[in-house]
Amino acid sequence: MKDKVLMKGNEAIAEAAIMAGCRHYFGYPITPQTEVAAYMAKRMPKIGGTFLQAESEISAVNMVIGAAAAGVRAMTSSSSPGISLKSEGLSYMAGCELPALIVNVQRGGPGLGGIQPSQSDYFQATRGGGHGDYHMLVLAPGSVQEMADMTVKGFELAETYRMPCMLLADGTMGQMMEPVVLDVDDVKTVAKPWAVTGTKCEREHNVVNSLSLVPEELEKWNLARYERYAYIEENETRAEEFMTDDADIIVVAFGIAARVSKNAVVAARKEGVKVGLIRPISLWPFPKKNLARAAEHAKHFISVELSMGQMIEDVELAIRCSRPVSLVKRVGGVIPSPEEVLEAIKKVQL
Amino acid sequence: MAATQILFAGFGGQGILFSGKFLAYEGLLEDRQVSWLPSYGPEMRGGTANCSVILSDDPIGSPIVSYPDILIAMNLPSYDKYEPAVNNDGFAFVDSSLIHREAKRDDIRTIYVPATQLADDNGLQGLANMVMVGKVIKETNIIPFENIDRALEKVISARHQNLAEANRKALALGYGL
Repeated sequence: MKDKVLMKGNEAIAEAAIMAGCRHYFGYPITPQTEVAAYMAKRMPKIGGTFLQAESEISAVNMVIGAAAAGVRAMTSSSSPGISLKSEGLSYMAGCELPALIVNVQRGGPGLGGIQPSQSDYFQATRGGGHGDYHMLVLAPGSVQEMADMTVKGFELAETYRMPCMLLADGTMGQMMEPVVLDVDDVKTVAKPWAVTGTKCEREHNVVNSLSLVPEELEKWNLARYERYAYIEENETRAEEFMTDDADIIVVAFGIAARVSKNAVVAARKEGVKVGLIRPISLWPFPKKNLARAAEHAKHFISVELSMGQMIEDVELAIRCSRPVSLVKRVGGVIPSPEEVLEAIKKVQL
Repeated sequence: MAATQILFAGFGGQGILFSGKFLAYEGLLEDRQVSWLPSYGPEMRGGTANCSVILSDDPIGSPIVSYPDILIAMNLPSYDKYEPAVNNDGFAFVDSSLIHREAKRDDIRTIYVPATQLADDNGLQGLANMVMVGKVIKETNIIPFENIDRALEKVISARHQNLAEANRKALALGYGL
């Protein structure tokens, strides 16, 4: 058992990435994720890795594409406005079938917005962000420990399915400190026979490319990609359920919103309200089955978000609108209080 | 749930985040659940700074402290803002060398500590925060005083360990009041 240490979420991501074998980090500073870059700048030179602060986010994401194409574990991190700039690169990564880890420590938007926590990049993350038919794997950690664990898992998943994986956190998760155990002994690596590493005149050329001018060919690529997505939806959903077994009301929330909601659920239970929490950990694929199962006994759902109501659409789809879904929201960097969530729970007429 | 919610609030530069980190580390070393959440951004550079610390025996839900059991106020704006939020039967520790008003509430315990003055008088400039923490430990027993050394060792980076002694003195000064 390794020691428990007190770390910021952002630092835990950086150290976990290094322990997972990432030696290539490309970034550009932006609050509230700058500690990821700062940590990498300190550590990478000492372990023979590369830390590179690019001249822009666009440049940084394209460096990740280059490194990933060469078959190494590469990552970048940013916050909301920076992720918008990186979205072109994310689409190219999906098109080229390249694995990499992208961290988004969200802040309020749109535009430059503010620097306080937000979850309003949910649509951007779960729908792809860039152009074209594609998805990223999207993981939403709910603690500093999960920031570390999901970083390791994210690299593994990205390489297993040859696609970008996004760690979707927020300013609170990035800035807060909690005890964390960095125990990354058995890192799973995936063979990359497709990597462009030079043929040494011993094999055919590998080609990493997203361009296909023959419509039928491009259609085939997309269909194949979506077959893989269907497999992922079947096998890679992750969620935590808390007091859901006998629940009449189900609160759905991820990340910091789930932490706040858990307090409200505990308080409501003390008052005799049968309420439970489903915390999606994978946002894409969305844990539809957990929600559908809960809808067999629950009569009302509440989506708690730091956005104007984005995940609520996935909640409604997952239960096929068979139950009413209400929304608790705060935006612009404001975090809902447990009392606000509790009030919404108590307002439900069963 | 045996949880203590602590809010440190003051100006940027008063060591608000550091003293919060010290308590969080001490909780960690006792194998308790802890969380530490700073205010971040422009307010850190000379404006108001605050930080939420929770020590608990159970997993911590929200890391945000809206209603503290213990408030440590290091300037008037913070005291004005957070005094009404302190839980009934909670504590407010007030740096009375910087805050020149009496408590408005009589349902909480208000403890006046002229921490900045005391620190200055004892050659511990800049360590009013730790004088306050010493007094907090004395009044609330939130952590055992005899454990301060190991938390200091963790929270002060290796190249600044020469400052550990001054921190220890400041803690003892507050604890001895």
